[in-house]
Parts: sequence; C-alpha cells; structure tokens
Amino acid sequence: MVRSHILVCGGTGCTSSGSPAIIRALEEQLNKSGLSDEVKVVQTGCFGLCALGPIMIVYPEGTFYSMVKVGDIPEIVEEHLLKGRIVTRLVYDETVQESGEVASLDDTGFYKKQMRVALRNCGVINPEDINEYIAYDGYQALGKALTQMTPEQVIEEIKTSGLRGRGGAGFPTGVKWSFAAAQPKGQKYVCCNADEGDPGAFMDRSVLEGDPHALIEAMAIAGYAIGANKGYVYVRAEYPIAVHRLQVAIKQAKELGLLGEGIFGTDFSFDLEIRLGAGAFVCGEETALMTSIEGNRGEPRPRPPFPAVKGLFGRPTVLNNVETYANIPRIILLGAEWFNKIGTEKSKGTKVFALGGKITNTGLVEVPMGTTLREIIEEIGGGIPGGKQFKAAQTGGPSGGCIPAKHMDIPIDYDNLISIGSMMGSGGLIVMDEDSCMVDIARFFLDFTVDESCGKCTPCRIGTKRLLEMLDRITEGNGKPGDIEKMEDLCHYIKENALCGLGQTAPNPVLSTIRYFRDEYEAHIYHKTCPAKVCKSLLNYTIIAEKCTGCTLCARVCPVGAITGTVKQPHVIDHEKCIKCGACMEKCRFGAIVKE
Amino acid sequence: MKSLEELMAIREKARQGMGIRNDKHEGTRVVVGMATCGIAAGARPVLSALVEEVSKENLDIQVGQTGCIGICQYEPVVEVMEPDKEKVTYVKMTPEKAIKVVHKHLMGGEVVQEYTIGRVGK
Repeated sequence: MVRSHILVCGGTGCTSSGSPAIIRALEEQLNKSGLSDEVKVVQTGCFGLCALGPIMIVYPEGTFYSMVKVGDIPEIVEEHLLKGRIVTRLVYDETVQESGEVASLDDTGFYKKQMRVALRNCGVINPEDINEYIAYDGYQALGKALTQMTPEQVIEEIKTSGLRGRGGAGFPTGVKWSFAAAQPKGQKYVCCNADEGDPGAFMDRSVLEGDPHALIEAMAIAGYAIGANKGYVYVRAEYPIAVHRLQVAIKQAKELGLLGEGIFGTDFSFDLEIRLGAGAFVCGEETALMTSIEGNRGEPRPRPPFPAVKGLFGRPTVLNNVETYANIPRIILLGAEWFNKIGTEKSKGTKVFALGGKITNTGLVEVPMGTTLREIIEEIGGGIPGGKQFKAAQTGGPSGGCIPAKHMDIPIDYDNLISIGSMMGSGGLIVMDEDSCMVDIARFFLDFTVDESCGKCTPCRIGTKRLLEMLDRITEGNGKPGDIEKMEDLCHYIKENALCGLGQTAPNPVLSTIRYFRDEYEAHIYHKTCPAKVCKSLLNYTIIAEKCTGCTLCARVCPVGAITGTVKQPHVIDHEKCIKCGACMEKCRFGAIVKE
Repeated sequence: MKSLEELMAIREKARQGMGIRNDKHEGTRVVVGMATCGIAAGARPVLSALVEEVSKENLDIQVGQTGCIGICQYEPVVEVMEPDKEKVTYVKMTPEKAIKVVHKHLMGGEVVQEYTIGRVGK
C-alpha cells in the first residue's frame, strides 16, 4: 500500500537540470530498499521555482527538496523514506525555521503572496494521468456547462467574470465568444494560441506541461458556448515536452469520451487537433496563426473582418491564449462571482509572470491583478542578487516597455501598465539592475523584431530596420544630435501604419526607454559614454598605475597582446589594440584595472 | 462519458490515496519509530500493516515515520496523535497489535491500554 508520494518536477526547466535521471535513480533506489510498493514517484509539471531545480516534494510531510542531485538519492531514500528523518541539508532553506522545524511551502516568501488559479495543478498532479486531473475536480466544469447551462449562460458567466485575454491585448474573453456565437449556425472553430514567442515568457508552456487537460476542458467549453465542434491547438515545435503531454492528454480524454461524440450524454461533439508551429514570432499574431494552420505561410492579414466573424478557413473562430483557457474551468465551476472578487476593478483574476533577468528567484509566479512590481520583485522574487540597485523591469517582451523604479508601487493591471507606456503582454518580466544599459536593451529587442518581421508590410519591414540601424550607431558611439527626435518620429509612424500587432508594438521598447531614460541616450550621443558601462565601443580599460604591482598576469591573459610593461613595474593598455574583452580585469587580483 | 455521475464516480476512485498530498492535514496522525533501533526490532512490518489497514478501512488518517524517541528497548514504538487529545504511545508493537489499534483506537475511539507504555513499562 502506498504511504508516501514523491512529486518530481518534470517541467522543461527541471528536465534540463536533470530531473529525469533523478526519477530513474529514485525508482532504482526504492526498489533496492524494498520500498517500491510503499512509495510512489510522480512526475509533475512546473512548481515555479525554476532557479532551484531540480525540485521534489515528499508527501505526506510536504518536504521541499531543491537542487537535488542523483548522488543525493540514496541518502533521501535511506534517511527520509525509510527512517523518516528529513535530510535538512537539501531542504529549501526558506522553509527551515529558526527552531530547525520545517515549515509549509506556502509560508515562504516565494509562495506566500501567490495565488494559483491558472497554474493550480502545475506541480500538483501527474499531467500524464487523467485520473489525477479528475481527482482535482477536472472536467466537472465541462459536465456542468453541458448538462446544466445553456451556451448563452456559459458566455454570460465568462462575461460577468471579467476575464480578459492573457495573451497580451486584454480583450474581454466573454465578449469575444459572444461575437462568434452570434454568427449564423454552421462550421465554427475554437483555436488556442500556444505559440509563445516572447523571449523570457514560458507560462503557456508550463500549463501545457503541467496541466494539459485544463486546456482541453476549456476549449470544449468554448466550443459548446459558440457552437463549434472542432478545435486546433497551435503550439510551437520547440516545446517537445508540452506537445507530448498534450498528445497523451487528448488521447486519454478521447478514451474516456470527454472528447468525441455525445459528450456527457448530450448531443454536443468536440474534437481537438494539434498543429505545430515552426517558431516564427509573427505566428503568435492571430491572423498569421490561422493562416499558418490553414497550411499557408504565416503572414497576417488586415482586420476587420475579425476572426470571430471570418477566421480559420473563413469560418467564425474563437482564438484564445493558453493562460486564458486555463482560467475557464475554474470560473465555470466556482462561478463568476468568485473570480470577480480577485484583482482590480477592470482587471479581474490573476496573472502569471515569468521572472527573469537580474533576480534571485527566477521562475514562474502567479499573483492577483493589482499586486505591485515591488511585491513581485522584492518579496516573491527575493530581490536583486549582489546588492545591486533595481533600475527597470521590462514587461511584455519585444512588444512592451520598461517600468522604471519610480513606478514600482503602481498596482499592476492592464490599464495601469498602458498608462505608464508598457503593456501586460504575455507576462514576461525581465528585471534589470544598474549594470543594464537601456539603449542596449532597446537595441536587443529591435534586433529581435527585425529578425522576426514577416516582411509583408513596409512600415514594419523597413521601419524597424532603420530604427535598429540608428540604435546600432548610437551604441557604437556614432550617434548624432537629433537622432532621438528622429527615432521618436519613426516610432510613431510605424505604430500607426504597420499591418499587425507585431509592427504596431515593435517601437514600444524604444519609446519607453526614451521616455524614462532619455539621459542615457543623451550620454551615448553627446558625451560618447555608456553610463552602465555595457556598450563596448564607448568603453576603455585602463590600468591604475598606483595599484598595479607589475605581476604581469594581465599581459599574459590578453589575447591580442595589448598590455605591455616590465615585471614589478606598472603596466599599460594600448587602446588601439584593445578589443575590450575584459579578460584582464577579471584576472587582476589588485583591482588595478577599471573600465570607464 | 455519459453523465456527471459517471465522472464523479471516477473522481471518488481517483481521490483515494491522493490525501497523502495534503500537508495541511489536521486530523489524526500515526507515526512509527523508524530509526535503526526501530527497524531492528521490526518496525517495518508494523508500518506496512498500519498503512494497509488504514487504507483498507478508508480512514482519513495520516501514517508516517519518525526517528528514535529514545526508548530503544521498547521499539517498535507507535504514537497516535489526535487533535486536542493527549498523545498515546504504544510500545513493543507487532503487525497484529497494530491492526487491533486501528480497529479499537482509531475507529472505535478506545485506547488499547494493554499496549501503551504505561502498562508495558511496568
């Protein structure tokens, strides 16, 4: 009989840090100790605390082990599972109290302020076992919708809940559904956008990997609401684990009759297929995505007509993002009133953010709308490592903008972010400290959009390229007076004239960094300096003669022979030869080399 | 899937055994001393018997292990901790005695005095 469950994270993060080997070692060791029948090893989705992977939780104690290695497994099995003694050296130190007692994970800084709705089952259930999803109330919402509600009631419930699209733009989901439902009867489609392309965002992947049945259930509910019997999930091929788990889930749902004909004894039928994307950023744009599903080159087309009227294969289509769908079963099951109580006046519910950049707890967090950036970064994220100062956070990836320190206490929701020149986007949140150059950041995102522009419309294809050229010039020290104003003009032109969301939002990183960090642009252009000391062309490495002991180490590591000097005498760097690799500064034991 | 009832039946079945994953369990806890002394004295079969019986009777009780509590001569030791009640310590346990504790104490609410440390120790 099973007396203990070991949950091991099988998300992409922990998988790449070795969790499959840990699962194998656990099973082997349990077998050796004769515990295989008593202890069950379960592979789950992402726990969120990716920085500390591989992660595992041992129940019934709820012990949270982090950064586990294969070599630790014999000790965990022998001590904890056989003798009941927790291996404290491997326990996540935030859960260890002063008394030495191990506290609940929910009381740690990382989890305390979180509220998991979309991620409710990630790290809790085995995503490849439909029974575990059902044990945690899975498919009840679909059953309730089909047997106790009319399609109109379902749409009304979603409208009342105030749920808005989590893909970025924040359009009310219920309203979108009602448009598609209002179209004349006939073939309609439900699509899911799982083409998560923002650099740094991975919440959709985590939902697919950790709770794929939630997506299936929600899409079936959407199908019932608008009168569609067919759905497509468009997911990028770079997410192999997510694709595999979704395939397994669809198969299991079909076997139990939760997909297929006459679901729950009604005359509603629904079928689901997966379409793999090749990883083009533009295919996250709804019209390009549908063009791609149709088998054509992924390019956007003008709107209107909107997809709800004329979408996939020219038929009325509802297209939502993974995280949006993940909220649907909860809303149907617990009611719009319940969902409505979470969040701010105009942004209801929670939002998942992918924390990255200069932050201690890199990972996935879900917080109620209205949580401040300060709470997310300082409390949940554990602050910035190395005692550095917070400078800005980039939300919304290449379509968004930066939030400077002065706006850290603004409650985060759709409208507040837009009012300060950023946007929610899909929820990537990249933290930057004093060592980040804002011009360089803008250049990085533009470099990305130039690569990813599909080339169909001129403002995006040529406009973003010209913007990037200007930014390149500025970071190389060749900026000219008037460049800032010229860039601003071009940004506005692109925003107003580009065909799709990609082009319309591409200038945002430039505009928002100019808005909040104009002084850095000016320093690059007028003083030819990079205040954050990032832009190589504007830096010079120099040896402070008083501190140099003449140990010759720097001269020996310099790959281009730019450093000269005799033993026990101060050395000198030839700026003409120096390629600014920084190797000398790294090696110097006396702090005698500075960059300025 | 033909009805909501069918789904709920699958749910009930699937939920069995999932209670282990609730670390905020506030009900009764039973722990077995599983240090070297306990294992040497035969704590493993006692633990297995407890786990099996609790699950067979479908009781909402958590069974776990603990280390040595310092009375090695009385191993195997089983402790029953009920909310708002004093802890009961059973000593020199066997699988048979453990099953009796499940039925009399955990289900019937009556402490099996003859196995407690107060009796056996004297």
